[in-house]
Amino acid sequence: MTTLLYAMLCLSAVVGLVATVARAIGYARAPLHLRWELYPVPHEAADRAAHGGSYFEQSNWWNRPAHFNLRGELTAMAAEMLFLKALREFNLRLWWRSFPFHFGLYLLIATAVVVLAAAVATVFTPLVMAGALGGMIHLLYRLTGIAGLALTLVGAAGLLHRRLTDKDLKTYTTPGDLFNLGLFMVALGLLAAGYALRPVGAPSVLGIVVGLVTWNTAIQVPWLLTAGLLLSAWLAAYIPFTHMSHFVGKYFTYHAVRWDDRVNRRGGSIERTLAEYLTFRPTWAAPHVTADGVRTWADVVTTNPTKGPKR
Amino acid sequence: MKDKDRIELSDMSRRDGTPLAHVENQDLMPLPAPLDDPAGERAWTPLTDQAKNRYECLLDDTCAVSVPKPATKAEEDELVRKFLSGLDKLFTKENNWTFLQPLVLSMEHCAKCQTCSDACHIFEASGRNELYRPTYRSEIMRRLYFKCVKHGGMISAWQHGDIDVNWPMVARLIELAYRCNLCRRCAQTCPIGADNGLVAHELRKVFSQEMGIAPKEIHDTGSMLQLKVGSSTGMSAEVVKDNIQFIDEETSERTGITVETPWDVEGADVLLIHNAGEILAWPENPGAFALILNAAGISWTLSSELAGYDSINYGLWYDDAQFARVAIKHAEAAKKLKVGRIVLGECGHAHKALSVIADRVLTGDLNIPRESSMTLLRDIVMSGRLKLDPTRNDFPVTLHDPCNMVRLMGVVEPQREVVRAICPKFREMTPHGVDNYCCGGGSGFAIMSGHNFSDWRFHVAGRKKLEQILNAFGDCLDPAIPKYLCAPCSNCKGQFRDMLAYYDLWEKNTILYGGLAELIVNAMTDVTPGFIEWEWH
Repeated sequence: MTTLLYAMLCLSAVVGLVATVARAIGYARAPLHLRWELYPVPHEAADRAAHGGSYFEQSNWWNRPAHFNLRGELTAMAAEMLFLKALREFNLRLWWRSFPFHFGLYLLIATAVVVLAAAVATVFTPLVMAGALGGMIHLLYRLTGIAGLALTLVGAAGLLHRRLTDKDLKTYTTPGDLFNLGLFMVALGLLAAGYALRPVGAPSVLGIVVGLVTWNTAIQVPWLLTAGLLLSAWLAAYIPFTHMSHFVGKYFTYHAVRWDDRVNRRGGSIERTLAEYLTFRPTWAAPHVTADGVRTWADVVTTNPTKGPKR
Repeated sequence: MKDKDRIELSDMSRRDGTPLAHVENQDLMPLPAPLDDPAGERAWTPLTDQAKNRYECLLDDTCAVSVPKPATKAEEDELVRKFLSGLDKLFTKENNWTFLQPLVLSMEHCAKCQTCSDACHIFEASGRNELYRPTYRSEIMRRLYFKCVKHGGMISAWQHGDIDVNWPMVARLIELAYRCNLCRRCAQTCPIGADNGLVAHELRKVFSQEMGIAPKEIHDTGSMLQLKVGSSTGMSAEVVKDNIQFIDEETSERTGITVETPWDVEGADVLLIHNAGEILAWPENPGAFALILNAAGISWTLSSELAGYDSINYGLWYDDAQFARVAIKHAEAAKKLKVGRIVLGECGHAHKALSVIADRVLTGDLNIPRESSMTLLRDIVMSGRLKLDPTRNDFPVTLHDPCNMVRLMGVVEPQREVVRAICPKFREMTPHGVDNYCCGGGSGFAIMSGHNFSDWRFHVAGRKKLEQILNAFGDCLDPAIPKYLCAPCSNCKGQFRDMLAYYDLWEKNTILYGGLAELIVNAMTDVTPGFIEWEWH
């Protein structure tokens, strides 16, 4: 059973990671689109970003040096990622449920990272982990783990309750949406119960991860905790295949769409990319488009459909 | 609306031949005084039996696109086939590199939290009618994407939801794509960055680019007419020159300053492109521009090239090919005259079309700098080159923010700097700037008035803006006090002209609308007082 648990933990981590990276690569490789930004754009100069202005507010903007307000962008990103700023601003009622859920997940991810690091340290530098620093690390992952589980469970319950009771959401809620939230509650509920109810003498969380790192299958993990770990592992592998992977999508919707105000300069990289796209051969069928799968975009957009022989 | 009447997503495929939604005046969002009595509100004109018999009017109380009813089941099937074929193409880079990435992101990452709903002026104004919820249209599209493009099976349907694909669904979707102003206020509030406005835009593209279906006002007598004669107004170069000459004479007479508009001046610093609608409907605006630019000593010109004298680009709303063609025509006009920059007159969608969206269409020597007239006017006013007396504008003024110019382009402050400087009784609307509400005429609605579409446009699409205007002038509704709604955008002005007249707000409350340039000229001390004529036009 322990071997199966270790194998599933490793497999889910690999599947989850590979699927997340594959999704990100898929979006990153999509063609450069026409500009479609939305203001405010936080990397604008601070005085303009404050009212949502752009470099278009300056006369002769094309001759001015490009200004990128990194601090503004990082501040906006941090507020959005950590505190779900947009949701808080525009949907406070949901934020009270969504924020604990997401922040709890961040804490759980942090817990996993810290415990894994602690396990590696336990194996290779046991003296460090036995000292004061080790004590602090033990305290840290216990706190983040317990807080993460509690917040995520409360948030998931709140989100599920709203999905089931809010008539505005009912029309748009699929069985899959309910399943996903239910899965979070069951998986993390089992994990919490397994941790809280583990018998005296059962291996600690760190002990299990040290066992994983050293592949020590002699460790006996209590069945309830095993169930919680297995289901949580499956959840981690499942998320990237659903719209719950919006942590990936959100990077692109913000950076590649809403905030992408890069200027196409003559002879620049954007222009070179566009030159390639103009060789694509569209197949749109409406006669006025004059596309036939042979003519390129360049041919199409330089054709006046009201002049010359009808195609 | 009672739950039993609640519109479900599956209703889109209903085959009973009846509309999904019916809106009564008392369902609508209440308006402030003097329009605070729903019973006194103007009744909707019902669709005629002829329209219902001839066109697919299956969505609501109106009909924007006038899609003829297929005569046979085979015709229906063919239209559905074409739609699905177009939908497939929408998700290929060869056909839709222009918007593929943002579209896929919006398809795959909506959390269905409905945060966007409260941001939508149409949904709110309709009394929260489910049909107009921004995610209603997007959710249909999303289900189509997973079912028909990704070819998801039962598990996908369980995860993402299912939808029946038939002709009534497609016919309703065509109409529904034209119940969104594309203002993207909803997208601005989305915590994930999904974009319902983009979804409506992309649906319109499928209908136009694959099925050849678009409202005649924006295609046949819009972009096609512009590409044929040079302007969607139908004005050829000769006619527009005649009209501008007349405007010069009128402006000279009204202001006491001789005004002459330069044409086709090679090497000029500025190529000014107006929305040609100004020339016909609001001639005082191009007249004011000519006077200001001459007085400020700007080297400028108009162009008589095809489309070079009309900045409109309706393709922005429904068709990438038409969009790119017109943008290229504008750039070619500038290139031919070897101007230093193109300056866009008071037209919001033209601003965004040529400055922002076309930035990744115009390459090489067509990539000529484009600038907003808001910044040029701001620079002129602030430079002190004109002698201005703000007391000449001593009447309440509020400022409308055209979505395309403000939320979608970030030109927020220049026009405010001007009105603050020359209008002592300026007051903002709430909210304003990038949080503004659409006038209700965005994405082509301002020029669409087939059947009874105007009723929907004024009762629903424009209602939130109307509320804002009335609130902004709430302390001075007395008809003895003339009020000025400054709208630096031709399409917005078209909407205001029609909507203020519809509610009789000029006659009853003396609310006039107009552009920014007119306010500047009205404040010029060199000019005969009273450039702004307080009469309805």
